[in-house]
Amino acid sequence: MKLTRKAAPVALATTLALTLAACAQSDRGSSSSSKSSGSGGNVKDTITFGAAGAPELFDPFYATDGETFRVTRQMMEGLVGIKPGTADIQPELATSWEASADGKEWTFKLRNGVKFWDGEAFNAAAVCYNMDRMFDQNEVAQGGPAGYWSDVMGAFKSDAKNALYQSCSAKDDMTAVIKISRPTSKFPTALSLDSFSMQSPKALKAGDANNVTKQGEGFGYPAYSKNPVGTGPYKLGKYDEANKTVTLVRNDDYWGEKAKTAKLVFKIIPDESTRRQELEAGSIDGYDLPNPADWKGLKDAGNKVLVRPAFNILYVGLNPAHNPKLKDLKVRQALYYAMNRDQLVKTQLPEGATVATQFMPETVSGYNKNLKPYPYDPEKAKSLLKEAGAEGMTLLFAYPSEVSRPYMPNPQKIYEALRADLEKVGIKVQVNTKPWNGGYLDTVDNGGYDAWLLGWTGDYNSADNFIGTFFANLKENDFHTKATSYGPQLSKDLQAADAIVDETQRNAAYERINQQIQEDYLPGLAISHSPPALVVSPKMNGLVPSPLTAETFSSVTVSK
Amino acid sequence: MLRFILRRLLQMVGVVIVLSLLVFLWLRSLPGGTVSAILGEKATPARRAALEKALGLDQPIYVQYWEFVKRALKGQFGSSTGVLPGSDAFQIFLQRFPATVELSFFAIILAVLLGIPLGYMAARRRATWFDNGTVVGSLIGVAVPVFFLAFLLKYWFAIKLHWLPVSGRQDPGLDATRVTGFFVVDGVLTREWDAAWDAIKHLILPALALATIPFAVIFRITRASVLDVMDEDYVRTAESKGLTNRVIRGRHILRNALLPVVTTIGLQTGGLLVGAILTERVFSFGGLGEAVAIAFERRDYAVLQVCILMAAITFVVINLLVDIAYAVIDPRVRTR
Repeated sequence: MKLTRKAAPVALATTLALTLAACAQSDRGSSSSSKSSGSGGNVKDTITFGAAGAPELFDPFYATDGETFRVTRQMMEGLVGIKPGTADIQPELATSWEASADGKEWTFKLRNGVKFWDGEAFNAAAVCYNMDRMFDQNEVAQGGPAGYWSDVMGAFKSDAKNALYQSCSAKDDMTAVIKISRPTSKFPTALSLDSFSMQSPKALKAGDANNVTKQGEGFGYPAYSKNPVGTGPYKLGKYDEANKTVTLVRNDDYWGEKAKTAKLVFKIIPDESTRRQELEAGSIDGYDLPNPADWKGLKDAGNKVLVRPAFNILYVGLNPAHNPKLKDLKVRQALYYAMNRDQLVKTQLPEGATVATQFMPETVSGYNKNLKPYPYDPEKAKSLLKEAGAEGMTLLFAYPSEVSRPYMPNPQKIYEALRADLEKVGIKVQVNTKPWNGGYLDTVDNGGYDAWLLGWTGDYNSADNFIGTFFANLKENDFHTKATSYGPQLSKDLQAADAIVDETQRNAAYERINQQIQEDYLPGLAISHSPPALVVSPKMNGLVPSPLTAETFSSVTVSK
Repeated sequence: MLRFILRRLLQMVGVVIVLSLLVFLWLRSLPGGTVSAILGEKATPARRAALEKALGLDQPIYVQYWEFVKRALKGQFGSSTGVLPGSDAFQIFLQRFPATVELSFFAIILAVLLGIPLGYMAARRRATWFDNGTVVGSLIGVAVPVFFLAFLLKYWFAIKLHWLPVSGRQDPGLDATRVTGFFVVDGVLTREWDAAWDAIKHLILPALALATIPFAVIFRITRASVLDVMDEDYVRTAESKGLTNRVIRGRHILRNALLPVVTTIGLQTGGLLVGAILTERVFSFGGLGEAVAIAFERRDYAVLQVCILMAAITFVVINLLVDIAYAVIDPRVRTR
């Protein structure tokens, strides 16, 4: 074939286009074109929810972030579940459980008639396969991705003697026995964590689920992580990475009450104000973590702001090793008395925020109801400073920039309020700030500040997850309690309380410790608890806000 | 011509090597880092150490760089830790790149289609109300920050008037088929016309926002260049020879006036990558710009390394194409 110079490129382009068109077949499902999907009536067959970030992967075991769990929670279930709207546990895939007298052997009765989507039966063998799979991680996974197992169980199979988890065995087909090395308050509550969801052994095996690798400066996950199999009310439909949407579809074989809406779409919109605009334009039905400053405007526009019970704590950390003046209890108390926290909560924190009386919110078992907040008393603060010979002391006090956390929506404003209070009683505040990921957390960890703003959002309902995290590890904690007279005792008491098998006795022990922390030790200053919120359009019904941000969508409907 | 292209490609290799080292060192000299970004409040010295070791970030920096080079030569750039953790950084680039190209392409087409004719007309109607009006308009185009304009456009056309979508690239409900990653092209190829149209609707506002600066620049250069050329002797000669207006306009004025415009278009196209970072953020348009912004916040080394290097390569390639286009328009360049 002879072509003129001008015709050649045209011919080439035409051929290319034709070839591409020939191999480009529309692969739309027939269901999407016919929009009637049975549910009919006046509810939509799709819920569209605005998420702030993309899920990392779909195997929750290797995840530690809320965006991943928001998706996997709809698809996976654990032995232990969470009662909607609370932080309390309830039966899920296990119908009941009991501990041996020494608290080291836990027997779980399993729910009958549950199947994974791939048809595999859920039974004791499946439970033990999952537990052993989580226990037996390679070195790379141990270093980072298996974060919640590290947190809760301490170690993996390669270091079995230091692990909380010991073994799992099937007593009979529907009874699993899990043995742990010591009694702990984490059990069985921690099993409600999304990371410990039950997944199909067959699919885990087929997808080489444990094969986490190091890829450059990141981690590589096996095929399974894109193609998970669980027992939940929804299953994974499609993850359209290019269009940043995750579509879940109803699991019609679900053992419990089936999902009310056939399709659940998570649209990933990283920018907060764009999420708000999408809601206003009606293209999403709700989104997470609206800026507290927007709550009123959103409500005025008819939307529902669903406020979650606060499950967090904002504190001012203190490091006596960096500023010896802080070793004196009177000085620490003076800082506390100097702070007008009622004012702070009213002016800088979202509606529903409360002044903290201890290092945990009241939803956590072990919370001491009798404790009263340190009142705002600048005169007392001044006299305490005088007694301690610390009048006019300087304090290197820092806050993070480029971050917003549920417990601290606007760090700078909170900081400015506290700083003004401290300066009123004559303390010279040395201001310091660094970006959250740009050195702030590193400096806190390395003990580089006298005082700093930080906080914590609980993972599950246990006092250990709050005060245990802060003070139980004497060797290394941000508060440097090893440099204090009370640190070793506090650490010992916390470990002893964690090991009490009887719940009532254990809670009493934690209440005692909370009182000691506030009245005798004061390792840091617990400031406040702030409730994070979700916002949904007036048409959405049935979404129950969860203190653990563990909302499920199976009961949600959106009217047309 | 071939030698020229080869030489430029060799230069590109040099640029990439030097840049890779600079990016690598720059990222690691930033305070904080990947480990803090991943662990957040959970960062304890023990967890930090374990994660650093698992990621190989505890190695001396020259060892890390050498590892990086060895992998890069094999085409392995490692996994993301922040944008889409666990996904291959190069795959993320490949996925995001079409979005940015599609957006930039629409923006530059808009800028060219509006900028060149308007610039030409303004020059021909010099010192009329039309000329003055368009010049002021283009000044505003340069002066208004992209970010602000993007917000304004979105506010009016998406939120108030509901004419166009607020954000994203396509309505997920359409369940469109993916072939090339260019959503408009995909819609055409698969004959999913609704999907193609929906993708175009999603492109209009961000492309308009992104197009303003290049439009203003192209307009002004075209205007100035046409004014210059109109006074040239050869135009007067052509006119005195009695050539038709059409020939004078097309062959003598426009063709010669376009030389500096083509260079400008090339430079502006490179500059679009910067504008895209802001525009994509505002419109949650899943392109490179948005990925780079998130990667920076979360200190995602692998994604930043790949995206910055590939952006540099793209920039060099665009410039090469501009030079080739130059040679096509201006025969004098070819003979040199």
